[in-house]
Amino acid sequence: MIDKSVIGKKYKVSAFEIENGKIRELARAIGDNNPVFYNEDAAVKDGYAGLALPPTFATVFALAGGLMTVVKDLKIDMAKLLHGGQEYQYFAEIKPGDSVSGETEITGVIEKSGKGGIMDLVIMETTYYNQDSKKVLCDKCTLVVKR
Amino acid sequence: MGKNDIFFNDVEVGYKIKDLIKAPINETQLVMYAGASGDFNPIHTVHAFGKKAGFGGVIGHGMLTMGFVGQFISNWVGVKSLKKLAVQFKAITKPKDVITVSGEVTKKYSFEKENRVDCEIIAKNQNNEIVITGSATVVLP
Repeated sequence: MIDKSVIGKKYKVSAFEIENGKIRELARAIGDNNPVFYNEDAAVKDGYAGLALPPTFATVFALAGGLMTVVKDLKIDMAKLLHGGQEYQYFAEIKPGDSVSGETEITGVIEKSGKGGIMDLVIMETTYYNQDSKKVLCDKCTLVVKR
Repeated sequence: MGKNDIFFNDVEVGYKIKDLIKAPINETQLVMYAGASGDFNPIHTVHAFGKKAGFGGVIGHGMLTMGFVGQFISNWVGVKSLKKLAVQFKAITKPKDVITVSGEVTKKYSFEKENRVDCEIIAKNQNNEIVITGSATVVLP
């Protein structure tokens, strides 16, 4: 089980640089053929500063930063881990060449009983800022950890 | 604003967004998604691990299915219009699953001088089982 004492614990998320190749790779894996994710001219024509980012691109920052740190710190067994919910709030455009960083905070640990028995929900929230210290995105992630 | 052929006046509460029917999820896609996202939990790529975890084999990344939801919304109004995207994962996905994303407008309002629209979203598999429930808030011109 996950001890409630971890609520409020904070983890620094080091800078992640947005690259065109990573944007294309994620869009391709999703199977999203929208040219704004692959072709700069198409993206600029549609009003973006460079390639657009798929709406779920922030998962790449999370996995490169705060999420895995939390999983390791709480000693969560990967075989017992599921993703319960995910929420993004978008405040400003993130574009290729930007560097985003932030801080992840554990904001909740909730015991819940479900189909598979008792589980712990771990809620973590990360606010990301770009290189100009502008708030760009909030990420609220709910992990489900089976006991 | 980014590409936006949909105007605030075009939509009403109950407006149905065009469904997105995805190609069947396959194992190569899960490997691609692992590499692209950085989610290397072996539950998504190693059958023996998926079996050990009680799923009988690999399962899809929840974020891949949310990626389909992102595609559904950005097909409709582009990426820049999006203010909020939230999902709850209701069921796992497996290779060969065919996911269909659908949704409709539930609210139209003005917020901080923006024309905002809230939508409810559902993703189902080929057995009509709900895999995601979600919501989105978009700004329309």
